[in-house]
Amino acid sequence: MSPVETSAVQGRGELRDQPPPTRSRRTTPRGTLFANELLTTFRRWRTLALLAVLAAVPILVGIAIKIETSDGGGVGGGRGGGGEGPAFISQVTNNGLFLVFTALAATLPFFLPMAIGVIAGDAIAGEANAGTLRYLLVAPAGRTRLLLTKYATVMTFCVVATLVVAISALAVGALLFPLGDLTTISGTQITFAEGLGRAFLIALVVAASLTGVAALGLFVSTLTGSGIAAMATTVGLLITVQILDQIPQLHALQPYFFSHYWLSFADLMREPVYWDELQKNLGLQALYAAVFGSAAWARFTTKDITA
Amino acid sequence: MAPYESDDSTLAEEADDLRAGRRKAARYVVPVAVVGVAAATIGLVPALADSGDPDLPKISAQELIEKIAASDVQQLSGTVKITTDLGLPDFGGLGDAFTGGASRSGGDGSSADPSTKLTELATGTHTLRVASDGPDKQKVSVLEDAAEYSLIHNGKDVWGYDSKSNEVFHGTADESAKHDEEAPATPKDFADDALKAVDDTTSVTVDGTAQVAGRDAYRLVIKPKDDGSTVGQITVAVDARTGMPLKFTLTPSSGGAAVVDAGFTQVSFAKPAASTFDFTPPKGAKVTEEDSTAAPRDKRGPEELGGLDGLNVIGDGWDSIATFDTGGQGIPSGSEVGGDFGGFLDSLGDKVSGKFGEGTVFKTRLINALITDDGKVYVGAVTKDALVKAADAAK
Repeated sequence: MSPVETSAVQGRGELRDQPPPTRSRRTTPRGTLFANELLTTFRRWRTLALLAVLAAVPILVGIAIKIETSDGGGVGGGRGGGGEGPAFISQVTNNGLFLVFTALAATLPFFLPMAIGVIAGDAIAGEANAGTLRYLLVAPAGRTRLLLTKYATVMTFCVVATLVVAISALAVGALLFPLGDLTTISGTQITFAEGLGRAFLIALVVAASLTGVAALGLFVSTLTGSGIAAMATTVGLLITVQILDQIPQLHALQPYFFSHYWLSFADLMREPVYWDELQKNLGLQALYAAVFGSAAWARFTTKDITA
Repeated sequence: MAPYESDDSTLAEEADDLRAGRRKAARYVVPVAVVGVAAATIGLVPALADSGDPDLPKISAQELIEKIAASDVQQLSGTVKITTDLGLPDFGGLGDAFTGGASRSGGDGSSADPSTKLTELATGTHTLRVASDGPDKQKVSVLEDAAEYSLIHNGKDVWGYDSKSNEVFHGTADESAKHDEEAPATPKDFADDALKAVDDTTSVTVDGTAQVAGRDAYRLVIKPKDDGSTVGQITVAVDARTGMPLKFTLTPSSGGAAVVDAGFTQVSFAKPAASTFDFTPPKGAKVTEEDSTAAPRDKRGPEELGGLDGLNVIGDGWDSIATFDTGGQGIPSGSEVGGDFGGFLDSLGDKVSGKFGEGTVFKTRLINALITDDGKVYVGAVTKDALVKAADAAK
């Protein structure tokens, strides 16, 4: 369900909690609330620290590969088989652009969703914890709009976090390794410009892969008044699902885990692109966003705000 | 974000607590409804998409077989899903355990070598992409998690590229024909093999029509008449227009899931882009030339087989059993070998005895093998009883 539909369904009961507002006050510029939220979120030290950690991952990976291959050998060359480590790692030494894909593959299973979990879990519960939630609601924005704004902020963080990883990886890759035309995993050649385009597309797909976690985190955040509890629950759920996704006996359930198709972003590096799993991934994320988004809405618009 | 309707406030004032409570609870209907709609969509869409069997003019089995033979599809590209369930433990891990040490010490085996790579297809589910443009240009890619193994035949070059390890294998075109025979991958390869086996011990019928990869197809059913065979039936879906086999399913006589199920999930008969078949080894990739390491390794197998006492085939058709004498002792029993490997051997085999003496039957869902304690081997796509009977008869 799109945000527009969500807000169209709401109305009625929610307004009972507030004094009937006058029309003039309601027309607060839309952007203001969102801009304020963005500023608040991105000015927090916690957010900046998370982004710094994410930016550090490609640097570490890049330096590690550089050191390991400085004697001229390939990655994992001594072990014969190669192919260990995150996806694309064996191509990085020949083309720095592959560090972008390696870094995203390395951060997507844990670092990125954990960062999202922290921001999303904190979104509502953190305000309640700090006692600022009721002041936010005093502003004539309405609970649905506040929730949507919070979700938009978390989504913005998803995109920013992914781009931070990608850009840091691109910078490190360009510094340490040669750049140039690259070979897709299907063995065909594409130009560097097209490779960059695909890298950008992959970053967007990775960001979109996180919408499910973001919605889940936001829902958990509406359940509790403690920011820490919400963050811990979200990250805990994330780890649980990742573990369950590894258990072969659960293969019937696994296609419905939000993390199941995460690595399908690599399919964008095939030639021609293999859309099957990418579509499944995006569909699944949309489903999670709809289910937990509407659950968060149902919870948030009906709960008593005491803090 | 839609603006609020202003008349809500008056309604809200009228509402009593009970109604308000209901309305609050009603909001939880939204997420539940979303889940319901999603579940219904997941359940119903495949059923709806399955628009029934297409209506095609009747055709006899003979005509259909001729159609397959006459089929001359030169240009195609598509995605093939292949599921193999021989009832064996996972080959991937097994292969590593047995051959890992040997292939690594023995001459730096490249992971891009087609013979190592294509044996992985023998178990599990794999997605393949195939493209073909005339007899000189073919490409098969095995899709893996965030990696791909491509085998490209372009003119006289055969390239194998393993993107996971960034290794390249290079051979010449004569060899490629051999590789194709080694590992049938497309439904057509399977169907050709199955049709070779068609003789008077087989019943071949056309059993209605089906939709495969969005194309109308006839279903050709090949059934062995012998009871001793482990092959239940083979179904080949043949494209009504081009005569190209689109799906191949082999069900064992013991029932259950198909042993081999290979079918196009998407197919196009348009000319694939020429760049599909271009391959230049990426900078820094390790290139293994076929002559240097692969050829000697490949030849080892036949030499060993040549050392066996004459290979005989008992019976004909689906019931045929290959037999040969290893000349030595039978398979060592688990206790002799000891350790994990011994336990593994015992778990695979069934001890049997008969007039021939004693032996061990190794079973898969399709192929069974009897190895007697005096070193004779009987192998065939037949039941355990048929193997014992053959061994008894040979005495």
